[in-house]
Amino acid sequence: MAECIDLNLKVNGTEYRASVHPFARLLDVLREDLRLTGTKEGCGEGECGACTVLLNGRVVNSCLVPAVQAQGAEVVTVEGLAEGENLSSLQAAFLTHNGAQCGFCTPGMLLSATDLINRCPNPSDDEIRDGLAGNLCRCTGYAKILDAVHSAAEREAAR
Amino acid sequence: MIGASSIRKEGRAKVLGTAIYTDDKFMPGALHGLTVRSEVPRGILRAIHFGEGIPWEEFTCVTAEDIPGTNLVASVVDDQPFLIGIGEEITHSQQAVLLLAHPDKFLVEKARRAVRLEIEELPAVLDIQSSLDLQPLIYGTNNLLKEIRIAKGDPDPIWAQAAHVIEGEYRTGAQEQMYIEPNAMLSVVEPRDGLLQVTVWGSLQCPYYVHGALRQLFGLPEKQVRVVAMEMGGAFGGKEDYPSVNGGHAALLAWKSGKPVRLIYDREEDLACTTKRHPSRTRLRTAFDAEGNLLALEADFILDGGAYATLSPVVLSRGAVHAASVYRCPHVRIHARAVATNTPPPGAFRGFGAPQSLFAMERHMDVCARKLGLDAVELRRKNFLHMGDTMATGQVIREDLDLAGLMDQALAAIGYRDKRAAFALTNPGDGPIKRGVGFSVFMHGCGFTGNGESHVASVAGVEGLADGTVAVLAASTEMGQGKNTVFAQIVAEALQLPVELVDTAPVDTDHVPNSGPTVASRSTMMVGRILEDAAIGFKLALVQQGFLVEPYTPESFQAAVVKAVATLGTLRCYGQYHRPPNIQWDDVTYQGDAYPTYSWACYAAEVAVDLDTFEVKVADFVAVQEVGRVVNPTLAAGQIEGGVAQGIGWGLWEEVTMQRGRMINNQMTNYIIPTSVDLPRIQVVFLENAHAGGPGGAKGIGELPMDGPAPAVVNALENALGALRLDEVPMTPDRLLERCEEVSHG
Ligand code: FES
Ligand code: FES
Repeated sequence: MAECIDLNLKVNGTEYRASVHPFARLLDVLREDLRLTGTKEGCGEGECGACTVLLNGRVVNSCLVPAVQAQGAEVVTVEGLAEGENLSSLQAAFLTHNGAQCGFCTPGMLLSATDLINRCPNPSDDEIRDGLAGNLCRCTGYAKILDAVHSAAEREAAR
Repeated sequence: MIGASSIRKEGRAKVLGTAIYTDDKFMPGALHGLTVRSEVPRGILRAIHFGEGIPWEEFTCVTAEDIPGTNLVASVVDDQPFLIGIGEEITHSQQAVLLLAHPDKFLVEKARRAVRLEIEELPAVLDIQSSLDLQPLIYGTNNLLKEIRIAKGDPDPIWAQAAHVIEGEYRTGAQEQMYIEPNAMLSVVEPRDGLLQVTVWGSLQCPYYVHGALRQLFGLPEKQVRVVAMEMGGAFGGKEDYPSVNGGHAALLAWKSGKPVRLIYDREEDLACTTKRHPSRTRLRTAFDAEGNLLALEADFILDGGAYATLSPVVLSRGAVHAASVYRCPHVRIHARAVATNTPPPGAFRGFGAPQSLFAMERHMDVCARKLGLDAVELRRKNFLHMGDTMATGQVIREDLDLAGLMDQALAAIGYRDKRAAFALTNPGDGPIKRGVGFSVFMHGCGFTGNGESHVASVAGVEGLADGTVAVLAASTEMGQGKNTVFAQIVAEALQLPVELVDTAPVDTDHVPNSGPTVASRSTMMVGRILEDAAIGFKLALVQQGFLVEPYTPESFQAAVVKAVATLGTLRCYGQYHRPPNIQWDDVTYQGDAYPTYSWACYAAEVAVDLDTFEVKVADFVAVQEVGRVVNPTLAAGQIEGGVAQGIGWGLWEEVTMQRGRMINNQMTNYIIPTSVDLPRIQVVFLENAHAGGPGGAKGIGELPMDGPAPAVVNALENALGALRLDEVPMTPDRLLERCEEVSHG
């Protein structure tokens, strides 16, 4: 087996150390080494967005990020969105509006939507569509996802 | 309960990221499996060469010779081998030849590339016409995987007498299900109490299909095989029959290595080798009287079934029964054939043959209206089926069917008349954007075709748990459609309990009975009905045994269950499917009640075509349907919206490009599915009309929305662009350009 490399990174506020394969992608480290399997792989080529995470505050496809590039970085995954038992506004809205059907696109959608609402607190339908254009969903036709994002944005604004 | 938008049962785990899909399951010491495939469409396998530079002694390798039981995948027809052996015939480009496993997933990939297959190539059949022409003969005596004839009256004398005879040919392409979670399987095979125990965890729709396939593959009795359905990242039919193949492959590697094995496809492999929607060619011939009444219909319906029959006979059957669509016609002849080609076998995909034949008929009705000089709305109105009318199979419509009302509602919602009038004024202008509005009217048969339900004889049940709650016991799987929630609602309604007190037991063949496959829009209506019976039986048993007194509160019910479980131990009650007495079907003549009932719909679409780029934008979409009583309006609307999105994708963008029998655009980058910016908001309307057969009056819903969008969108294109040869889907920009050029070049 190839020589492993040592990686330090902070995921959802917790410091991790892992010894990883030199070809490993950030996605592999999250799923296999840290066993944070909420982040999904749908294509491995940057097309579906199922592997979306926040890397130092920016939305990335973790299947395209070599693990070495995450050295010392801060990562947020779907596991980091809720506070204890309390769902984030977006998670709660996806639940009540049926924004998650099979749920496989959902972790990535939630991270892109979190980023969108941070940048654009009161998005229009078109702004949501643009913000989520990198996240494919085959189940919903996107309507219920738009509803969920609107309702979460309203709830955040009301806070 | 029934009629309420209860929250998705497994929704919380899904938004938290804690739902466990197949690849998420932790298995210490698991090997990574891979499949080596043929790459040529047809030939004889002469040898397998293991190249240099790979530590082969560290690998587990499985070939056809290793197979302990029968090397045929159990399906509707058992003709597909799990692996091709030396000296045997390779029949398509993705045929599995060798299975590899190793602890290092990077090394196993390298090893795949080091294997060289020696194949003596043979001439291949790659399209429908060559197969019909027997150029060359590749399957049986006539290249036919299945042939069906449906006859009503006699069209022959009508052609000469009729005022108008109109013919047309229509084609539809393959379509990829593109569930976001690729196919995935895990397996462990180990001795337990001295007997071999085969276990597979996977992303699969039909646990008992995989169970049957594993039994046949290993030659084992029922008890020694266990299949567990994990959380599933979408399926749409794509995980109906294929999991019997990759489930078998994973189990073979686990058996030979003695270690757990993960067989997780990457996207390219999944697209290249797993099942798709069958490509089709339909020739229609229709006779009308001078007023536009349909007198006779002849349909020649052909599906490209790929290299093996597998599920094609039943896909063909549904397509054939839907070929005459929603129209009353005294003389009908349907000739349906699934032909063999040297391509990977297509399989189930939402709609299951019906979208193909309905596309042809609903396009043809618009073409006929134009040729007859009639309005497409009025032509349909004249010919719709009503209560008391007879369908092509002789089935009599026994429900109060109002297709005209359905159609009028959809057309009003999209503003059909006003938009037509407005576009007639604006389209002749110079601008590059041309607009159109079109629609389709269609039905979808609920449940299996013909005697399917009787053959399966599904069983489902309920179980009282120690904490007083109730578990649903069924092998039906959750793929996002909402089965967990809908079943809980049905059982809660029958027991008069809040839905929170009912949940689904894990779908594990060691634990749940065979409620049949999760397909054919049958779960809510068929399995739901059985669960309703089981729940009522469960309650009666509690009452008879003196644990429960009616009337009861949820609290007293829960207390009764706690006490009953403590006293009796296991507390289960099952129900089984019984054919309703008025339903008759003859498999040989194809006469009778093809389905216990149908869901009915009219979909309308508005499109904008850019003549500079030939891109089509769907600007508005209305979906009006009658699906009996809606169990959960929010989940049901989600099914319709998602299905419409797939239907629009099939109609406009989703093209499987084949070269030498192999899909060459097998990446998400070049097989285009709709993104959030490509679709309008879809207006979903349910007209409720309680059907007695399903629980609380529910019918099937899952597949219906796949049938209508493609013809509605293409009919709208004709309105935007005029009479072009719009006879094929997907109507991609390239194809549309080509059709426009045909007209301008005469
Ligand atoms: S898995 Fe990363 S974009 Fe699809
Ligand atoms: S919910 Fe299934 S892919 Fe989006």
